[in-house]
Amino acid sequence: MATYIIKRIFSFLVSLIMVTIIIFSMMHSIPGGPFDEEKMPLSPAAKEKILKMYGLDKPFYVQYLKYMWNVLHLNFGKSYQSPGEEMVDLIKRTLRVSAFLGGLGLAWAIPIGLLLGIISAIKPNSFVDYLCTALASYTISVPVYVSSIFMVFIFSLGLHWFPTGGFGGPKTWVMPIIAYGLFPSGILARYTRSSMLEILNEPYILTAKSKGLPMWRVITHHAFRNALIPILTIMLPMFTGIMTGSIFVEKIFRIPGLGGYFVTSIYKRDYPLEMTLMLFIIVSLALTYLAIDIFYTIIDPRVRLWGKGR
Amino acid sequence: MNVKTLSIGGVDDKLQTWRCFHKNKLGLIGLGVIFMFIFAAIFAPLITPAGYAEQKYLHEINNFPSRSHWFGVDAVGRDYFSRVIYGIRVSLFVGFTTAFIALFIGVPLGALAGYFKGAVDWGVMRLVEIFSVIPPLLVAILFVTLFGSGLQNIIFILALVSWMDICRLIRGEILTLKEREYSIAAKAIGAKPYRILFRHLLPNAVAPIIVGLVLCVPNAIMLEAMLSFLGIGVNPPTPSWGQMISNGLYYIQFYWHLTLFPAIFLALTVLSLSFIGDGLRDAMDPKLRERR
Repeated sequence: MATYIIKRIFSFLVSLIMVTIIIFSMMHSIPGGPFDEEKMPLSPAAKEKILKMYGLDKPFYVQYLKYMWNVLHLNFGKSYQSPGEEMVDLIKRTLRVSAFLGGLGLAWAIPIGLLLGIISAIKPNSFVDYLCTALASYTISVPVYVSSIFMVFIFSLGLHWFPTGGFGGPKTWVMPIIAYGLFPSGILARYTRSSMLEILNEPYILTAKSKGLPMWRVITHHAFRNALIPILTIMLPMFTGIMTGSIFVEKIFRIPGLGGYFVTSIYKRDYPLEMTLMLFIIVSLALTYLAIDIFYTIIDPRVRLWGKGR
Repeated sequence: MNVKTLSIGGVDDKLQTWRCFHKNKLGLIGLGVIFMFIFAAIFAPLITPAGYAEQKYLHEINNFPSRSHWFGVDAVGRDYFSRVIYGIRVSLFVGFTTAFIALFIGVPLGALAGYFKGAVDWGVMRLVEIFSVIPPLLVAILFVTLFGSGLQNIIFILALVSWMDICRLIRGEILTLKEREYSIAAKAIGAKPYRILFRHLLPNAVAPIIVGLVLCVPNAIMLEAMLSFLGIGVNPPTPSWGQMISNGLYYIQFYWHLTLFPAIFLALTVLSLSFIGDGLRDAMDPKLRERR
């Protein structure tokens, strides 16, 4: 057990270091920098001074090590776009908006997705099943911004229920919340369905049924609890998935969240912000996966890796 | 056992696969829609009134759909129906070429990882892990800022971010195929690893390869549309649905046709392709087939 966890943490660290090096070197080799001006170029001396001030004249590996050292001390530097505030504050400010809407999105997506998946697994090839499969396929394969546009057409332009965008008051929140939850609900429904289908074929379900247990009890206590294990694998990364989903939802509905800053940071060659956001997303995702792997070995006796000579 | 005796079983398999796919109504509908789209894309010059970049209708700017312009006219006087139809060419081209390139990255890597295990497997799986941990869209955005946009670049970049599923599928398949008797027999008579891998194992892994390929296409199309939507995809005037939607967004309150039609076409294409992929997967996966 201990060796497995140590091994897993080791490979997690290796992956993380590789990712940071890749991203850092890619950011570094993107042509053009924040101080390259075409009109009114800086004098070489002034430019040299600025480069020196930001430490951009040092060799690549020095810059990388220095950056990582600062990151470990939670000092992400300042965004070139808003030099007036610390990066941590900028992220806190924008993440609050995205997390609020995204969290509410997941709040409806998780129960609905689980329910749809369970129902379609209990009655495979029924009308409900086809409906769920179609819905799941739709939300998974059609980009969220296309669905958002359909929503704008129906609810804003057609029915005039909600404004087309903006961020102020519950009326403007409804459509973004629906949009945030679409993809998670679809993918949850699909995974729950396949996971439940697999479990419902297990002999112990037959045993439970033949014992005369009521159907709902077999499903909630015997099938769903076991089906939940693989579902957790995709459920946890959803929380980090909000951050990438926010890029489109926030562009369509004009919401001042993390996603908008991400896009502009790429256009404006805002290395500190872009590096920070990338690191932020990657570390949180990698940590989730690590947690899932360790969690697995604890809760599922079949995946237990110790004591088998491995 | 040689390849010939296996292929006899293959014909039977194909028939059974088709029978199974035939039962899947959504898959059939998807197949129909995609055939229609391919047909429209091939005969685009015959069914559209103008080329996709021709600003022929400058006196009818932003006109709503009418008999002469089925999908209306856009903000710079181009027939919108032509642009949407030529957009099928771009989308399908991006989707299929990306999938093929991804196949050429994913299959060898997956096969090597599954066959040799050990250090090779570890390395490949770490690579897969890295690419899977970062959402593909982010990697694609990074690569675009690095290499620039444009059709060719986009296709290569999308291939670079979409080979992992195929790789995983193949690795899993090779891992089980490796333990089959014929593989062990081939090893016992002294066949070299590469011969076993490419002559004996990969031809038997055709099902996951096809499924991986078909499931990769809609993903690539979706990613291209997303990049184009953000303004870093295919360069104008090449018609790309994502870009058309993004441009139309500015006028959505007044000229609804500019966003609606490309959005519908994009949704239909991606949906149909993933229905086909799902149908194929169900039909080709014998484990699922027994259950149903």
